[in-house]
Amino acid sequence: MSLFASSLFDGISIGAVLLMSALGLSIVFGLMGVINLAHGEMMMLGAYTTYVVQNGAKALGGGLWLNLYIFPALVLAFVVAALVGLFLERNIIRLLYGRPLETLLATWGVSLILRQFVRSVSWGFVAGLVIFAVLFWGGRWVLQRFRPGGLGRMHQGAIALITLLSIGISVTAGYGLTGLGETSFWGKLWFSARNVDVTPPGWLQGGLSLGTVTLPYARLFIISLMVVCLVGIYWFLQRSPWGLRIRAVTQNRQMSACLGIPTDRVDALAFALGSGLAGVAGCAVTLLGSVGPNLGSNYIVDAFMVVVVGGVGQLLGSIVAAMGIGITSYLIGSGTLGFVLSNMGASFLQPVIDILDFFATSSMAKVMIFALIIGFLQIRPAGLFPQQGRSVDV
Amino acid sequence: MVVAIALLTILLLPLLLSDFRLKLVGRFLSLAILALGIDLIWGYTGLLSLGHGIFFALGGYALAMHLNLQLPDGQIPEFFSLYGVQDLPWFWQPFYSMPFTFVAIWVIPMVTAGLLGYLVFRNRIRGVYFSILTQAMLVVFFNFFNGQQKLINGTNGLKTDTATVMGVLMGSDGAQMALFILTVVILALAYGLCRWLTGGRFGRLLIAIRDDESRTRFLGYNPTSFKTFVFAVSGALAGIAGALYTVQSGIVSPQYMEIAFSIEMVIWVAVGGRGTLIGAIIGALMVNLARSFLSEQFPEVWLFFQGILFLGVVTVLPQGIVGWLRSEAGSQMRSLLGRPQRVSTYSSLETDPEVQYEHENLSH
Amino acid sequence: MSTKILVTENLTVSFGGFKALNQLNFSMDVGELRVIIGPNGAGKTTFLDVITGKVRPTEGQVTFKNHRNLRKLSEYQIAQLGIGRKFQTPRVYPKLTPRENLQLACDRPKAVFPSLFGQSSPASRQTVQGLLDTTGLVAKADLPAQYLSHGEKQWLEIGMLVAQSPDLLLVDEPVAGLTDEETVLTGELLLSLAESHSIIVIEHDMEFVRQIAQTVTVLHQGSVLCEGTMAEVQANPQVIEVYLGSPAESAPSRVQVG
Repeated sequence: MSLFASSLFDGISIGAVLLMSALGLSIVFGLMGVINLAHGEMMMLGAYTTYVVQNGAKALGGGLWLNLYIFPALVLAFVVAALVGLFLERNIIRLLYGRPLETLLATWGVSLILRQFVRSVSWGFVAGLVIFAVLFWGGRWVLQRFRPGGLGRMHQGAIALITLLSIGISVTAGYGLTGLGETSFWGKLWFSARNVDVTPPGWLQGGLSLGTVTLPYARLFIISLMVVCLVGIYWFLQRSPWGLRIRAVTQNRQMSACLGIPTDRVDALAFALGSGLAGVAGCAVTLLGSVGPNLGSNYIVDAFMVVVVGGVGQLLGSIVAAMGIGITSYLIGSGTLGFVLSNMGASFLQPVIDILDFFATSSMAKVMIFALIIGFLQIRPAGLFPQQGRSVDV
Repeated sequence: MVVAIALLTILLLPLLLSDFRLKLVGRFLSLAILALGIDLIWGYTGLLSLGHGIFFALGGYALAMHLNLQLPDGQIPEFFSLYGVQDLPWFWQPFYSMPFTFVAIWVIPMVTAGLLGYLVFRNRIRGVYFSILTQAMLVVFFNFFNGQQKLINGTNGLKTDTATVMGVLMGSDGAQMALFILTVVILALAYGLCRWLTGGRFGRLLIAIRDDESRTRFLGYNPTSFKTFVFAVSGALAGIAGALYTVQSGIVSPQYMEIAFSIEMVIWVAVGGRGTLIGAIIGALMVNLARSFLSEQFPEVWLFFQGILFLGVVTVLPQGIVGWLRSEAGSQMRSLLGRPQRVSTYSSLETDPEVQYEHENLSH
Repeated sequence: MSTKILVTENLTVSFGGFKALNQLNFSMDVGELRVIIGPNGAGKTTFLDVITGKVRPTEGQVTFKNHRNLRKLSEYQIAQLGIGRKFQTPRVYPKLTPRENLQLACDRPKAVFPSLFGQSSPASRQTVQGLLDTTGLVAKADLPAQYLSHGEKQWLEIGMLVAQSPDLLLVDEPVAGLTDEETVLTGELLLSLAESHSIIVIEHDMEFVRQIAQTVTVLHQGSVLCEGTMAEVQANPQVIEVYLGSPAESAPSRVQVG
């Protein structure tokens, strides 16, 4: 039974991570009808931020810093992911408003770029990026400043020229600098493609013993983090003026716009918030395992399923779905369920146990969970807590 | 026209290209078949599937299983002994038969697609929801194939180029040449099939479903059955493409069901121009040629390039190359003839909340 | 019973406590042209939603011709039984031409394989050509429908409705956003259709109602308030009260309706 309890606990902590990343997805989807395929990469960025902060703490001499780095890391993970999310929303998603399928593809492009970015980022690379940004936006600024709009067709050509030139120069510069070699300042990769490890602070190692069950502190921390996030989000959505605006736009965008709610800022805010939450989730994940460029993709599909099962924009639905998926997949995947059942010694359960054994790896558990989800959707296509009546439409 | 191009390809390309390149082009041509299938559901019917890797891989596995069974009596494929499997798993048995395999290559993906599609469509799940469900299905199939060493050799996949069919080694130049020709012929046939499907009553209906699905219901059509059908056809095309791709690259493995690959398929169609069949083919060829070029020269750049391609096509060139050429050519012609540009009337209707309201209202 | 085309008994639809339709009893004869009016929120559109299967009634049933209960059928099956619907805002297919739009509505059978292998029959092409004539869209027959004006789209949609050749036409606010002239023409079109079809029209425009109405049903708070000729309805004190509101009751009833 203690095995069951500790597996259940592990499952809850997995569900907590899922929930933190799914909350953002769910809010954004409810608001804008957009699924962000780069959401997992926001988690990844949060995780790498944690890694950087930890290294900073080491450089500062360890000790107290190494014990407390997780808190500034959480904040920074949120901020970094939120800023990237904001940038994304302002520059890409906004252009594709009302075309959710195209947004899906565009965010996948972003996801590819971000993943490759952490693999190949180095000072030389950053220098190239900075050069590009300066040339591109500087060039456009100059164009605007001195030829105010009067160029007509030429204008487009000029922009294209600037774009091409800035790409050319920055790529050359970046290549030149990184070409100095792996050991040089400019060429040394920050993270490289290999996974890196984050050591949890000392006080998160070990666990809390309750009789025969040991609850790892790291997982307890994740669960309490989730509770904090949840309470924060609930408070924000229900009690703050911007939360009210988000809910208003979710229900009726046109009407809200007519009432003077700046829907574009609401979108940007919600998107940044959702990304930030993913960043926090990423920070939490570092306590469970190593950090790599593909970290996000391990969680993201499950997070999507949480949104599908929980229903759109439903806090309670997301909680139930995340916990359900997290716990079930862990219990089945670790083989605990089969083990517990076979210990009960009831022979008529044997076929069930055989089936459970067949699915008793973490990847096979996904197969079973998905089958369950498809089955579930046959009964409740709109998720656990569908909104009722015409209120959905109005 | 189609026949002429196909003949030209068959006759000319082998003269122009080295064996290695020819094999590459053969593979890309089989990917073009896949792209046709994607275009059919995305370009014409508005269903964005991110899970076509499933059907592609199923076709590939079906053929690979048959090829792996080209053994003397009583033997079973070598890899089984690694996992201590003595007897051939039951579902391998029918793949001894060649006719069965040739049917299975497209029927198994078709039935799988039809079934999965039906279960999703009948609940009126669509749009982005449909896309992420297909992606989840893909992950599921990937995990299943990856995890089952004892059944289908898991991660390692199945090799095909060492198999011998009727005394011919699959990896030999002669066999590969024959496969190249076969691919071109099937691509032409697939193109013809899609032309036939998208022309006429059926094609109009697909467009109607894409643009306003619930309206078709009130006209007395059941969109669920149409969507299921077209999704199944698309799955069948993917299966055929997968089989051809497998024998030309010599291996099928769960890698064919990577998330990234399935999304990439969509971008081929987007680049070429969705809703145009020729665009799907052109897009598949162009992106893959660019890929093989770039990833040979600068491996790390390819992902950046691909990412930018996704962003660029979606934001700058939503119609794709062919669509852009057509619309540009159209407006060029009009301006040459001195006719005014077309302007849609009552553009205010597009932003009218009433209209939007009713649209949303009816889509639930 | 045999002459009734549509009968509803005790029809109730409630959305989480709010009753959009409340014990609605309604019937109409074959060949009738019926106009339904009522203030906002009276349940007019919900009524059509229930008939066409878009909304399932919480209680009660709809009988169409001799099909006793439409409840179990989905939208497309009801459409195939012979109920056609025109929506408030025109919903034609913008990428298809008017001819293709009409052909889509006209073609049958509507299952997958017939539409795959079957060609549009010459008879149906004839019908489509005739409808293009009637709706005055011949000149624009082969231009994508997105380039039509609002009025033309309304007409095209009515044309599609007719092309379905239903026994019962449900027409929701056909003259919203039309000019006076177009309104009169639409009225004439509906009247000529009424010679061979049963029609339910929902409308706010009283001028228009007066032009076409034979019998008028007034809905209020999800139930039938009264029924009769236009003159009778206009003289009914309850109707006047609902539309104008008596000083004592207007405030609370608004709140309830809204």
